[in-house]
Amino acid sequence: MNTEKQLFTVSVYTENNIGLLNRVSAIFQRRGINIESLNISSSEIEGVSRFTIVVNVEEENIKKIIGQIEKQVEVIKAYYHDDDETIYQISGLFKIKSDLLFEERQIQNIIKESSARIVTVNKEFFVLEKSGKKEEIDLLHRELKPFGIMQYTRSGRIAVTKDEMKISTLLETYNN
Amino acid sequence: MATETIKSKQTTPKITERISGSEAIVRSLIAEDVNIIYGYPGGAIMPVYDELYKYQDKIHHVLTRHEQGATHAAQGFARISGKVGVAIATSGPGATNLITGIADAQIDSTPMVCITGQVPSHLLGSDAFQETDIVGISTPVTKWNCQVTKAADIPAALAKAFYIARSGRPGPVLVDITKDAQFEEFDFSYEKCLKVRSYVPVPKTVEGSLEAAATLINSAKKPFIVWGQGVILSEAEEQFKALVEKAGIPAAWTILGASALPTSHPLNVGMLGMHGNYAPNKLTNECDVLIAIGMRFDDRVTGDLSKYAKQAKVIHFEIDPAEINKNVKADIAVLGDAKDTLSLILPLIQKNAHTEWHQKFKDLYAIEYEKVIKNDLHPTKQGLTMGEVINEINVQSKGEAAIVTDVGQHQMIACRYADFNKTKSNITSGGLGTMGFGLPAAIGAKMAAPEREVVSISGDGGYQMTIQELGTIFQQKAAVKIVVLNNEFLGMVRQWQQLFFDKRYASTEMTNPNFVAIAEGYYLKARKVTKREELAAAVKEMMESKEAYFLEVCVEKEDNVFPMVPSGASVSEVRLA
Repeated sequence: MNTEKQLFTVSVYTENNIGLLNRVSAIFQRRGINIESLNISSSEIEGVSRFTIVVNVEEENIKKIIGQIEKQVEVIKAYYHDDDETIYQISGLFKIKSDLLFEERQIQNIIKESSARIVTVNKEFFVLEKSGKKEEIDLLHRELKPFGIMQYTRSGRIAVTKDEMKISTLLETYNN
Repeated sequence: MATETIKSKQTTPKITERISGSEAIVRSLIAEDVNIIYGYPGGAIMPVYDELYKYQDKIHHVLTRHEQGATHAAQGFARISGKVGVAIATSGPGATNLITGIADAQIDSTPMVCITGQVPSHLLGSDAFQETDIVGISTPVTKWNCQVTKAADIPAALAKAFYIARSGRPGPVLVDITKDAQFEEFDFSYEKCLKVRSYVPVPKTVEGSLEAAATLINSAKKPFIVWGQGVILSEAEEQFKALVEKAGIPAAWTILGASALPTSHPLNVGMLGMHGNYAPNKLTNECDVLIAIGMRFDDRVTGDLSKYAKQAKVIHFEIDPAEINKNVKADIAVLGDAKDTLSLILPLIQKNAHTEWHQKFKDLYAIEYEKVIKNDLHPTKQGLTMGEVINEINVQSKGEAAIVTDVGQHQMIACRYADFNKTKSNITSGGLGTMGFGLPAAIGAKMAAPEREVVSISGDGGYQMTIQELGTIFQQKAAVKIVVLNNEFLGMVRQWQQLFFDKRYASTEMTNPNFVAIAEGYYLKARKVTKREELAAAVKEMMESKEAYFLEVCVEKEDNVFPMVPSGASVSEVRLA
């Protein structure tokens, strides 16, 4: 087993109940592990939520954490994966002065080359959206920074696994 | 996120009746066969108390003197009866005062349901009078918790609470109910919860694991069993004893596992861990197969993990999959309820004796007896020892008493030396080490098993943390026998200060009150013993008393508890002095 710290994507399927975020995040907090990113959304199954949590830990540790997460009454199943086993994306939003869009040719090139998308434009500002790997968003951020960014934010990672998760089958066994 | 989804399975035809939320709480408790609850009233839970007044022929409410006492009493009740203990409190400080007991129940896997009143729902989050976010506060120390703001959700929430508290690896749950939900009327019906989707209380035993475990046990030359409370919680004592006897394997216990196998059983080789017996600690690092049953390899048991049983193949019988490989890597994990898995493995086990290996335990016991036990139980020097007091209680109770201890030196001495002939006889705070646990827990234990002799043993420190519960004992006429071993020190901390802090006794010496006068102030029979020649008669008088009895024994001020595995050391580095 790899004893080096590495990025793992944790996927947790849960009942859609109040308080679970608290319980799940507390498991990381108790062990002094910083959550790199966290996203909670509905999943492919109605009434079932999916947490996508990114952490930088040793594999031995993440295995124990998965056990602790699965122990929570309303957690259906938890998995961990490395980057090679998932397809993942994050999204960044950049709010920039509209003048720059017209006056700085360089900005137009950056937008074109980065495949970023203009979400909205008005007299004062325009908003750029870029989805991709963290490095790609970071690169765009670095390139735009010298021109002045009015606001910048980045989402948590969302991920799907290359392998099947079989949650529906699992739920069927629970229901029987 | 959406509101709570509570699934339950209907078992009886629904008969509805229009009642208030507070009456529904009481009726739900009755439906769960609850007849004793421990608690303390206050503003946000008053509607429930009003209903309890109406239903006092069905539910006996015990007014403790502090909410912490209510949780420990509920724990004592649960530990001796195997049923769910119930504690109830108001919002705010009432609710936060439950936290210590809840945390204690969580780490010691004690089934408990706590019900707290909450400010009306329209005031939630407004810093209203006596409002706290008790669901948030209790989240890390409950197996499950929820807040109810509508009367109609009360029956299902409580049904789920009881199911979760008692099933699988038991634990505490908390249901917080707003005052408006207590007043609101709705059509009540109650269905017991038998299942919660996504919750698997007992995991499936992995195919082949029993056979693999049996093969390993049968081929072992120096097998060693370490057992914990899982044996008691799953009521597997009979199957456990049969396995130990058939396989002829020496077996040692964790503090919460005590009493699952009688102390006098020839294969019971004693207590594990920091203040455990010499032989089981030493030989943990010599056995070839370590069979852990219903125990979680707590750090007080293992000492330095990097040097713990490295030579042994480990088989772990466990109900909680998260415990597998958490501290000690298991070569074979046998998941499931111990009663089931032990029943299934028994026919696969070959009869054996392991006489030579067992003799090693006896030889090391002889060394421990000579260096430690003899002096503890039969001292020749002046000054009473804690051990001889426990020994006298053994003699007078014939090992039949349930011993409820607090936390500290007296606890280690009581657990080491008390005779346990019956299961569920050792009620103590293991994982959390909660001083103040003993006295209120003894109240709960006595009320759950009035036919049993319940002896509460405390030190002078812990006793004073919940001394107010003498009032509960007096009011409830709970015939608890209370022994305080008074060494005028926070003894265990003082021992550490002596051994590891250069005898700098910082804030551990206690100037104590007149304990006998305090007990008598609560109208309890009381006696103080300072000399050896008074001890036997005093213990006899206490045990023969039909009522509660307080006995203070002034013991040696600076006695230490040995053996001892120093914190962070290996179990085989166990010290005898």
